[in-house]
Amino acid sequence: MTIATIDTVPTAVPTELARGRGGGGPAPKRIVVAYGFWIFILSDIVMFSGMFAAYAVLSGNTARGPTGRELFDLRNVFIETMCLLFSSYTCGLGALSAERRQSGRFLIFAALTFVLGAAFLVIECSEFAGMVGKGAGPSRSGFLSSFFTLVGTHGVHVTGGLLWLIYLVAQVVAKGLRAAVLRRLLCWSLFWHALDIVWVGVFTLVYLMGDFR
Amino acid sequence: MLGRLTWAAIPLDQPLPLYAMGVVVLGILAVLAIVTVKGWWPYLWREWLTSVDHKRIGVMYFALGLVMLLRGYSDAIMMRSQQAIAVGDAQGYLPPDHYDQIFSAHGTIMIFFVAMPLVIGLMNFAVPLQLGVRDVAFPVLNSVSFWLTASGALLINVSLVIGSFARTGWMGYPPLSELAFSPDEGVDYYLWSLQISGIGTLLTGVNFVTTILKLRAPGMTYFRMPVFCWTALAANLLIVAAFPILTATFVMLLLDRYLGMHFFTNNAGGNQMMYVNLFWAWGHPEVYILILPVFGVFSEVVATFSGKGLFSYRSMVLATLGICILSFMVWLHHFFTMGAGADVNAFFGIMSSIIAVPTGVKVFNWLFTMFRGRIVFKTPMLFAIGFIITFVIGGLTGVLLAVPPVDFVLHNSVFLVAHFHNVIIGGVVFGVLAGYNYWFPKAFGFTLDERFGKASFWCWLIGFYLAFMPLYVLGLHGMTRRLQHISDPSWQPLLLVAELGAVVIFLGILCQAAQLYVSIRTREQRLDLTGDPWNGRTLEWSTSSPPPAYNFAVLPRVETIDAFWEIKRRGLTPVEPVYEPIEMPRNSPTGFIIAFFAVVTGFALIWFIWWIVILGLLAAAVTVLVSGWSDTREHEISATELARLEQARLGLGRPA
Repeated sequence: MTIATIDTVPTAVPTELARGRGGGGPAPKRIVVAYGFWIFILSDIVMFSGMFAAYAVLSGNTARGPTGRELFDLRNVFIETMCLLFSSYTCGLGALSAERRQSGRFLIFAALTFVLGAAFLVIECSEFAGMVGKGAGPSRSGFLSSFFTLVGTHGVHVTGGLLWLIYLVAQVVAKGLRAAVLRRLLCWSLFWHALDIVWVGVFTLVYLMGDFR
Repeated sequence: MLGRLTWAAIPLDQPLPLYAMGVVVLGILAVLAIVTVKGWWPYLWREWLTSVDHKRIGVMYFALGLVMLLRGYSDAIMMRSQQAIAVGDAQGYLPPDHYDQIFSAHGTIMIFFVAMPLVIGLMNFAVPLQLGVRDVAFPVLNSVSFWLTASGALLINVSLVIGSFARTGWMGYPPLSELAFSPDEGVDYYLWSLQISGIGTLLTGVNFVTTILKLRAPGMTYFRMPVFCWTALAANLLIVAAFPILTATFVMLLLDRYLGMHFFTNNAGGNQMMYVNLFWAWGHPEVYILILPVFGVFSEVVATFSGKGLFSYRSMVLATLGICILSFMVWLHHFFTMGAGADVNAFFGIMSSIIAVPTGVKVFNWLFTMFRGRIVFKTPMLFAIGFIITFVIGGLTGVLLAVPPVDFVLHNSVFLVAHFHNVIIGGVVFGVLAGYNYWFPKAFGFTLDERFGKASFWCWLIGFYLAFMPLYVLGLHGMTRRLQHISDPSWQPLLLVAELGAVVIFLGILCQAAQLYVSIRTREQRLDLTGDPWNGRTLEWSTSSPPPAYNFAVLPRVETIDAFWEIKRRGLTPVEPVYEPIEMPRNSPTGFIIAFFAVVTGFALIWFIWWIVILGLLAAAVTVLVSGWSDTREHEISATELARLEQARLGLGRPA
């Protein structure tokens, strides 16, 4: 029994021992990879929490410039939010199809996820462009610096996620849904769902609370 | 074309930096020339630069830390000399602008590029061996981590030759670090080198948390793990939870500087104290990221050289995890004078005192382990005993500083400087030197010379006390830190003693270099043929010295804590092993290539050379994409091949 081959070679250790408190030797590779990626996502969420903290401190520091209430268009943000939440749903359906080795269905759901994610980005970019056009760019005030940084960092993550999705779809097309590709898809879908969780925080703390402030 | 980079960036008009950079550049060229003439490049590339073996990566981390220690020490002796002579009418030899760069570089280098690589190097080398497995969870990522750390170190040294470094101190507090007050490239060198190496450190944290929690030998439950693995787990959890805060904070400062935002500026709603809060929300856990693993080293060393199991293993583990949690609740004690008010200060003062309790538990555990043990006074054990005494003093002055009214008096004085050097040298440095002497035979197959080792210990110990005890006194007299000129001549005698201490520490460093040289020359007489030179307790001593690339041909089965000791105690004779095919990670140039482009991109960002930034980022991205496409990251060693390798190795390395 080894570290690397454990998900292909039958092991001497009963699998129930391989979970939990871990007396059962090294865990299967799929678990190791997903677990490691989870830890990475946690670190990413810590980074976002630093930016949330900065936003919380600076959100009132408008330097006589526009406030969130004057700038935010909740209708747009709602559409944007729905795009991202539904993309998580299609991402989940895609992951299920991938697990069942249905590559055709997987590709359809991946395409839907991509379109919804891209729509989210387009709306976000137009929102940013509108604000900059009104003279409310990131260098206007501490509030706007922290707003653009927090929301923009999330947007950069979404962009990265979409590029990563294209790359993984290329792997699925070229190599099929084999174990290594499935592990990468698992990491990607964890990433995509985590972006949703962060967005729920952004939607609530930035847009909803900003509008009712 | 080259952004703001011009010939003016090379300090041709200042003789001192020019000599320094001449020596460094000549040294690097000499090393490169020797490697080229001797034809060592293929060997270096194959066996080290592209290696994903955790032992090799650990050794490279350690070597990086030792080289950077020389750089950090040069800064230290320059500062001590300036303070010893620039008294009264004398102005010394360092102008303020240069002196400010030196103290900033000293702190930054010692924390990020000496202490971190040394500690991470020890974890890399020892943790998988102690866990009884063949490598970390993500070997290629591990190589990426190392090379990104090396990139940051390289970038910070480039500032010696091209341009200048920050003059802000190692914390880079705004508004001084903002564009309005530090318009040149100094702060950008600081920020980008730490961002690049910070990514490497974060990936190390992810890798080791996963390794320790998911990859252990069969039977090794959590409460059978060696204490060093526990402390490594705690340190890496702290890395995962704390380093992203630093990344986010530096992103904000970079946005202020590059895009004119207002996170920490004086105008337009910026808030400087937010930087200080965020910085120390990372910075205090960072202290424990450094010290917890060396607590683990001392636990291994004290138990081994006392010939006894560690006293109260469980309380040691609980104390470690307690410190891990408490370390996030004390950050405000770094700036009691901010004016947060009595209630807030009282809370953080009490929390800071409480964190001394689990540390005290550990000290008693080590003392009780030694009590009635058969202590063998080898070099690692001397460092352990020196540590216990020195660290208790440093801890006590820390508890003193944790009392807010006292802190108001001593804040920003050299009393504080003495305190944190007391715990970092007496703790972290003594710890990594103990670990170095302890695990060196495992890494290279021969022991280090004891005479020079002990001489080095005494120089470090005496040098430390001479260098820093005077600073406690001067701090109480009101001397603030970072003075380029001393106006009170009555301070000079103690500053001369401190200078002498720094020289004695240098003798310690020389003894270490001599120790390494002598040991390599006489390695034939000091071979470790048993794999167990210290009568060790944990699994790394059960394999040969040096271990094969796969560490263990058959993964050990663990039934108790101190697994190897138990095997020896029961006198179990090794049965003829049944070999099964194993898979080992292949070498990968990914880490080296990504790091190369990280250096290029970082340099271009510092000097505003935007087209190189774009090319560098694209090239790094392509490297990741190519590496991420591969499905053949492992190669299999068949059972017969493994049996042949084992016979060759054991036949040669160990008399049957």
